[in-house]
Order: sequence, then structure tokens, then C-alpha cells
Amino acid sequence: MDTKLIPTATQTAGPFFHFGLLRPEWADLTGGGKAKGDKIVLEGRVIDGDGAPLPDAIVEIWHANAAGKYDHPDDSQDKPLDPHFRGFGRCFTDKDGIYRFITVKPGAVPGRGNALQAPHIAMSIAARGLLHHLFTRVYFAGESLNASDPVLTSVEDAARQKTLIAMANGKATGSTVWRFDVALQGKGETVFFDF
Amino acid sequence: MADIREYNPERAGGQPANDWSAYTSTIKRHPTQKPVALKQTLTEITGPTFTNGWTGPELVDLTKQHKAEPIGERMILAGRVLDENGRPVPNTLVEIWQANAAGRYAHASDTHPAPLDANFTGRGHMVTIAKGEYRFLSIVPGAYPWRNTYNAWRAQHVHFSVFGPAFATRIVTQMYFPGDPLLEFDPIYNAVPDEAARKRMISRYDPNLSEAEWALGYRFDIVLRGRHATPAGM
Repeated sequence: MDTKLIPTATQTAGPFFHFGLLRPEWADLTGGGKAKGDKIVLEGRVIDGDGAPLPDAIVEIWHANAAGKYDHPDDSQDKPLDPHFRGFGRCFTDKDGIYRFITVKPGAVPGRGNALQAPHIAMSIAARGLLHHLFTRVYFAGESLNASDPVLTSVEDAARQKTLIAMANGKATGSTVWRFDVALQGKGETVFFDF
Repeated sequence: MADIREYNPERAGGQPANDWSAYTSTIKRHPTQKPVALKQTLTEITGPTFTNGWTGPELVDLTKQHKAEPIGERMILAGRVLDENGRPVPNTLVEIWQANAAGRYAHASDTHPAPLDANFTGRGHMVTIAKGEYRFLSIVPGAYPWRNTYNAWRAQHVHFSVFGPAFATRIVTQMYFPGDPLLEFDPIYNAVPDEAARKRMISRYDPNLSEAEWALGYRFDIVLRGRHATPAGM
């Protein structure tokens, strides 16, 4: 018996979302530095098919805490939650297309079956000109688990796989800055996922 | 090892494609490569929860955010957040934003020469209650012109952002009004191929929700992806 309701379709966020979705405190996932783990900055530029920055994108992220545990009832792992870390962030790009989060480096989390996933951050991008938000993932350069991560290795083309890997780019107030640019279209187009 | 109860895939025709040149902003922004199919993991089936008040006090009366009342037709905007199986989705964040009665947003980039209303911002949010219900008091937003094509007008709409239980269920959408003659010409609305899915974005005028001598009532239910009945992928 299949009497399912029809899901609501997505629509663009348009250009005028800022006042409606503004949550500046959500760009810092560490609760002002209280969360456990290695503090990091995750930042980058979102560009269009001409290489022009998007000044009107909404970037949202979701990831596990430093121990590799999601703050969610469906995560049944025997790992500690961190009362100062929820794992969700939201940030708007600025006039130069730059977004910037302060967070902690996530721990590894289980994949399907016996697989282990490399530390990663789920990212969603909504914007004027996107009728449906885009999903991508941020991995960290130099992680040994990257080589066996089932999602990362499912992208076979090496150049495309590289679009999913953030690069360490110096330090800011003691935290490693990880750079992750997002190209919506054309040269260096970021891998987006469907699930 | 994790037990994964996946969310159902999106249905063919039930969602807009980003490659939709009738809406000209998509032309340089839609990806050209096919998205990579990802088998859902713990990452996708989890997402932010909203049970402990971290989203702050709710903002449900958009007519009382300033000194006086805004100009416009008052409307009660209410509905439920459900999943595909008809189950309510409580404890999830619903955010709305909209133009004022003259079709102008309280946003610096909106240059449409219609009056701003000092008594209207057009922002609201609340966490759904036990039966997935939400309810706002606002005013009916005006239609407004945009530069997509010559003499183009957006159908009246309220923007909605809804999370649901997982990163996979997150949606940003727009709610439309029944009988709006602009819908036929609106390329954003018409980007959804399936007619039934398009119509789900139109609210319903509900005389039982209207309050006599006070406000119109529009009902808008939001349906998110549901889950498979049994765990998979072990």
C-alpha cells in the first residue's frame, strides 16, 4: 500500500533572505570557544560559472563533534556528546562571495556496513538562482582515512575528487584555517551529491 | 557500525531542476555535471534538533514587531509539517520571510519603488509543536516586479525554511496564494515539472482558520521526505 503524500518542492531563497534568516551567532559552532576539540576556521569563496563571487548565498553545515558523534537521536554510538557543540552552522556569503565558520575538527564517523568515514562536514548551499539547494561534503587534506572513505572514493576522477578536499591555509588566532571554495558551474566545478 | 534507515529519494518531476533558463539567475549558477549519487550515511540521516530552546524566543506575530500595526490585510498562516507517510514532524524549526503589503522587502537590495512600512519587517520563526503544527499572524504580501524578463512580476509568496529531522529533509521553499493570476507566468513556480507538486506550494483559504472581524486564514501544510520502513545498507 503506497498512499504517500507528495513532498513539498523547493524554491529559490531569492536575493532578499538576509533579514529573514539572519543568525550571526550560528557561524560559530563552538559556543564562543567552549566546544571540545581542535578549533578550526572553515572558509572559502562561492563562485558562479564566470568565476564571479556570489554575494547572496546561504551556506549551512552539519557535522559530528570532535569525538565523532552527532547530536541527534539516530546516532546510537557509545561516544560522548559535547554540551557546547550542536554541530549545525549557518553563514551568508559576503559581497566577495566569502563564507566563514568557526568550528571544531570533526571526528571520524561510521559509514554503511563496516566502513569508517573520514572526518567530513556536510554542506548545503542555497542562493538566488538555485531552485534547489546543493549538497556537498568537505574533507580535510592529509587525513589518512580519506583514501578509504566510501563517499570520497566514489568520485573516481582525481581532479573532481579534489574539489571535495579543504586545504590548510595558515592559522588565525591559533586555529588552523581550512580553505574550501565552491564553484557552482564550469571550470573546477565542485562535486555535488544527490541522496 | 550504524543502522541506517534511509530517507526516500526525491520523486521524478517532484522537484525543480537547477538548469532552468526561464529563471535567468540560474544560467550561470546551475551545475553542469550530474550530481554524484551518495548512499545515505549517519551524516545525511541526522541533522540539527531544536528541542532545547537554542533558536531563541519564537517570533510568531509579525504585526507586533514595531510601534504600530503594519498596513495590509491581516492573515493567519498556519499548517503542519508532515512527512510523506503523513506523520507529524514536531520540534523542527520553521522560518518565514516575506515582502510587505506593497510588495517591498525590508532589505537594502530591494529597490522597487513601493513604500516601505516602518511597522513591518516580515520575519518570523517557531519550532513546531506536538502535531507538527505552526502558526503565524502576518499580513498578505504584495506582488512585485523583478527584472527576470521585461515586465515580469512575482506571484505573491511567503518564503519558508524548514529543517525536518535530518540534513536530507531540509528544504527552502515558497508558499503561494490560491487564485493568483501571476502563477501562470511565474518561472520560479513553474520550474517544478509535476503539476500536483506545484499545486502543493499553493496555500488554501480556510474559512475555519479565518477569525471574524479580524484576519484571513490561509492553511499551508509542508511535506518532507519520509523514511523507508526498514533499515537498509548493512
